[in-house]
Amino acid sequence: MPGPLPFQWALVAWCFLCGTLAHAQPSIDRPDPASMAARVQACVACHGAEGRATREGYFPRIAGKPALYQYHQLLHFRDGRRRYGAMSELLQHLTDDYLREIAGHFAALDLPHPPTPSITLTPAQRERGEQLVRVGDAARGIPACASCHGQALVGIAPALPGLLGLPRDYLNAQLGAWRVGTRRAFEPDCMARIAKALDEEDISAVSGWLANQPMPASTLPEPALTQALPMDCGGVPAAEARR
Amino acid sequence: MKRLLVSLGSLLTVGLLLLALVIGLNLRGEEPIRQTEPPAVLDAALVERGRYLALAGNCASCHTERGGAPFAGGHGIPTPFGTVFAGNLTPDEATGLGRWSADHFWRAMRNGRSRDGRLLYPAFPYAHYTLLTREDSDALYAWLRSLPPVEQDNKPHELRFPVNTQAALAVWRALFFSPERFEPDPSRDAAWNRGAYLVRGLGHCAACHAERNVLGAPTGRFEFGGGLMPVQNWYAPSLSQADEASVADWPVEDIVALLRDGVSPRGSVLGPMAEVVFRSTQHLSEPDLAAMAAYLRSLPQQPAQEPAPAESTAAASPARAMGQRLYEQHCVQCHGEQGEGVPGAWPALAGNRTVTMASPANLVRILRHGGYLPATAGNPRPHGMPPFGHVFNDEEMAAVATYLRSAWGHQAAPVSALEVFRYR
Repeated sequence: MPGPLPFQWALVAWCFLCGTLAHAQPSIDRPDPASMAARVQACVACHGAEGRATREGYFPRIAGKPALYQYHQLLHFRDGRRRYGAMSELLQHLTDDYLREIAGHFAALDLPHPPTPSITLTPAQRERGEQLVRVGDAARGIPACASCHGQALVGIAPALPGLLGLPRDYLNAQLGAWRVGTRRAFEPDCMARIAKALDEEDISAVSGWLANQPMPASTLPEPALTQALPMDCGGVPAAEARR
Repeated sequence: MKRLLVSLGSLLTVGLLLLALVIGLNLRGEEPIRQTEPPAVLDAALVERGRYLALAGNCASCHTERGGAPFAGGHGIPTPFGTVFAGNLTPDEATGLGRWSADHFWRAMRNGRSRDGRLLYPAFPYAHYTLLTREDSDALYAWLRSLPPVEQDNKPHELRFPVNTQAALAVWRALFFSPERFEPDPSRDAAWNRGAYLVRGLGHCAACHAERNVLGAPTGRFEFGGGLMPVQNWYAPSLSQADEASVADWPVEDIVALLRDGVSPRGSVLGPMAEVVFRSTQHLSEPDLAAMAAYLRSLPQQPAQEPAPAESTAAASPARAMGQRLYEQHCVQCHGEQGEGVPGAWPALAGNRTVTMASPANLVRILRHGGYLPATAGNPRPHGMPPFGHVFNDEEMAAVATYLRSAWGHQAAPVSALEVFRYR
């Protein structure tokens, strides 16, 4: 009887190797401990696996949001311009450099969106919401949301966030917080001025309309501003350069 | 009538004597204020030394508000008696220390009295700073004077009656405070003495690592015997007990690594100690850290607590099975099936003193609120523990804690849902 052919030995060796490897692998799905994914496990507990929030609940999706916008929010939470106990507590002993890296990690993720939930709005709410988003209300000094956040409302890199795919409760809470001063951005804080010009019914209509929108084919932020912003906004490089 | 007058008279006399005693005790050890004006020029070397000492004393932790101007005050320190607000230490004439002389500053650090003579609340840890040398006080003063002045009024403390009165504070100080001097121990070397000076004085470690009585004064036979931090509900573990946070059997380099990087082969820091490392100890020199390590290793040791009888350990708790199931669902991914963790990323839970120490406060807080290790030069991109407060209810959290305290040979007491609630 002839001895085992070379390929048979190879097969034996391969099986042995893969058996060893399978044994060495943890029986659970664990990210590489040195990776950024492993370092931000504390974030995804609320913001969903890989920063992709589910549509139930409050926590906003952070995957794919513009990097500078996310970095600024992390600074705001750490330094008390935004108030949310869990965020402030987690970030209080982290450096600017590391927060910038965390922001970049989530900004670089391009993950599919879950289906948009259906929110019941009255025809009047739909109309008012769409009007404020697309046109604004010049008489009251309210620019259209789309004039800064992009015509497709997916945001503009690097500092203007998209407005789609966010829970309505989250949108309501942000506009409310800006009105009462518990959410602040760098001066001049344009969103604070806009939120203070909105009344409660405006906010409800805008948040409902935005949360109802289907996601466009590409949800990545537009690459750069192509036109001047209607207001001065702190933390937006192009707008700051213009001043 | 005459008897009444005599009684009244003796009462009055006793009252006056007590008053004189309280006043005398409050003023003891004070040196007269000779300089009343700030100096015209600052010595650059003294300023630089003061900058370093302010890091060692972690002054910014209280005197710089989150996102606020450095050392302009305004941060509220929660106490069981109300909130004490840290003052503006910048040299602003009207609202800061602009009119203070070095003598005024020395009296505040050593005796706890303000420029205008008011008694200061001991949330300002002058009970520890009293050990400072005059030279170090002058250096801190010089550095504070070198800061840009910030006009920001001090917030009035929000304290309940009678704690909000100077009279109550005077009585408290008469009972619990006396100015001291640091006396080097001639039987120890210079490094040990330097460590003792930093740990007991400027570092004010015992402000947290010691139990306090109902009046908020440090108590206990051991200076660093551990205590629950009021309101914050973190337990500052005993530095004198092998089953808590004693480092008596650690190599000096591991203690230095913990204080410098926030992480060491034997443990890492979270919560208030992460704050200490982030704002204070990571900035200290290696010789000073080694000196602190030498002193901490030499602290008198208390015996470990008796293990609980088998029937009352977490192993016997009916909640353990639920805890194990939740552990396997939510925790095993990082901390491993044997609680072994991954060095440099996720801490081992097997043999971890935070898991097994008598007080479950820190275990509960970390489960509920999560936390990142401090980002330091030695560990610039730390890993973080997710908060599970919105995932587990109190009963589930108690079950997870109970499981951890009985797994892998641990023999600690179980944790109840009530305790989880108490330490939220």
